[in-house]
Amino acid sequence: MNHAQTTKAFFKDPQRVGWHDNALWYVRSKRDKAANQVKDWEYLKDAGAAIKQHTLAHLDKYLQNFEDNAQQNGVHVHWATDAQEHNQIVHRILAQKGVTRIVKSKSMLTEECGLNPYLESNGIEVIDTDLGERIVQLAKESPSHIVMPAIHKKKEEIDTLFQEHLHTAPCGGDPLYLTREARKHLREKFLNAEAAITGVNFAIADNGAIVVCTNEGNADMGVQLTDLHIACMGIEKVIPSMEDLGVFIRLLARSATGQPITTYTSHFIRPKPNATMHIVIVDNGRTRQMARSDFKNSLHCIRCGACMNTCPIYRRSGGHSYDATIPGPIGSILSPGIDLKKYSSLPFASTLCGSCTEVCPVRINIHDQLYKWRQIISVDGNFPIGKKVSMKITGYILARPRL
Amino acid sequence: MTTGLFIPCYINQFYPQVAIATLELLKKIDVSFVYPANQTCCGQPMGNAGLEKYACGTSQLFVDNFHDFDRIVAPSASCVYHLRHHMDPSIDPAVKSKIQSNIFELCDFIYNHLNIKRLDAVFPHKVSVHHGCHGLRGLRIGHPSEVPGTGISPDTELLRGVKNIDLLPTRRTDECCGFGGTFAIEEDIISVRMGEDKLKDVMDSGASVITSSDMSCLMHLDGIIRRKRYPVSVMHVAEILNYNGGKL
Repeated sequence: MNHAQTTKAFFKDPQRVGWHDNALWYVRSKRDKAANQVKDWEYLKDAGAAIKQHTLAHLDKYLQNFEDNAQQNGVHVHWATDAQEHNQIVHRILAQKGVTRIVKSKSMLTEECGLNPYLESNGIEVIDTDLGERIVQLAKESPSHIVMPAIHKKKEEIDTLFQEHLHTAPCGGDPLYLTREARKHLREKFLNAEAAITGVNFAIADNGAIVVCTNEGNADMGVQLTDLHIACMGIEKVIPSMEDLGVFIRLLARSATGQPITTYTSHFIRPKPNATMHIVIVDNGRTRQMARSDFKNSLHCIRCGACMNTCPIYRRSGGHSYDATIPGPIGSILSPGIDLKKYSSLPFASTLCGSCTEVCPVRINIHDQLYKWRQIISVDGNFPIGKKVSMKITGYILARPRL
Repeated sequence: MTTGLFIPCYINQFYPQVAIATLELLKKIDVSFVYPANQTCCGQPMGNAGLEKYACGTSQLFVDNFHDFDRIVAPSASCVYHLRHHMDPSIDPAVKSKIQSNIFELCDFIYNHLNIKRLDAVFPHKVSVHHGCHGLRGLRIGHPSEVPGTGISPDTELLRGVKNIDLLPTRRTDECCGFGGTFAIEEDIISVRMGEDKLKDVMDSGASVITSSDMSCLMHLDGIIRRKRYPVSVMHVAEILNYNGGKL
């Protein structure tokens, strides 16, 4: 992929570029207001970064603590090295119970692992229950943003999409009507589901609980209505204690949407009576990223999406232009670690303005890492030979004032 | 106290009037300085392109030209940022650290280092200030909009002291102009769009001049202004601070 090329698709409609830019700038402005209302916001960010840094330095210990405590709570814990193993584990759990209909709340990890197509090819119906994710699922697209998956779609387009799939009446993009129809549609899916899959925002080592943050309550709905709960998480989601959780809960929603807190902050500690709960802990390249000292702290990421909302390039090129599960600035430092040659253009899809680094609630030096990836890509990645030659000549001439 | 004047390559080539304004300004405030004749570039074009290794020659040349000075001044925040953060690893650490702690962007130098809070200038025009990213977020000259609270920015403070100037606020004061060096070539569609959006914001404010402590941002915007024939012009902040009220 080449970001400059994929951007062209978004620019076919220049007015949409402006609309998308303004929509995300509005979210960024809400974030600014929310951050301004917290005394010592920058100190809170320091605390978030320090906790993440500490946890990553002792990741083995905290993951084991978490596993022990979760098991004591009666939860089954599984470990997956990569996406394939993750998908196989989830499928095996579902197959053992003969489950064919599941509801899933938002999980970027399952997107990363390609869980939906895997389960669907095994005859299981997967319904994404986050409204934005359901919209992109119906449109057979991928999320363009990690917090607002359908932010690239206008309400009129959703109107048309719902007419086709949910047989709604034309409504000129009336958000209230569309939301109510989506609710009806999802309610039926919830009531018929046999299992629920959720993501994990935070996994608490010292009590074995997982915490899921949603605005729609869809994670709770799925878990409460079914007897089988599978939660999927990356290894970097673990934090030491409930005390630490407070820091991240204060940072997350404010950074993401400017809300003081998400509508639901759900703690899942143990299975309901007569129900089963599983947690799948996935590496899928994360330990490889941890071993790269310059890029290690990209694993601090709590998936708030603030760097996307502030990025002047993301706002004008749309999430799909990054052709990756995680788009935007954070995606541009994660993706090259997954496939350097494929994603060679992403670290260059930036002016290095540094706004991403400023908004990051866990102090990931994103723009510095973009600069560092560039140096690696010029050696080992896909790098235009013309640029290499012209820069070599430029460097040569500028080092010789007499020329 | 010896002072070296660094005029970045693109200013020397394309905007000599900015170099002259800087020079006259320094003379007005009685800073005696030396302009090493063999200077060229900070190395940023190669570094940002992912080819830091081709900037070792320019880094060495910069060191040869400037290592003796007690302080170095440049009318370009972006170049100062590059020298402070990305000077070639082959440079002797002691020399490097001396240069990195003694190099200043012009307005930062005047306002914070020399503690001169007001300059004698007259500029009877409507002006909007663009806070370049490298100066603002990189060098922390000013207060980025992402950070809670308020702060002052030396270029704006110095401009406030200019007689008859009308400083007009924009909606997105520190949104990037879209230049980004080779980004402007590789990602030209977005780069141009960012520049257009910036300029529309400036024109909506009613300003007829956009100024900045970073000439590279202004160079990018200048190109778009010429192509689109927008009724606004660019001026480096040194040009305004050195202005005596005559016709533009």
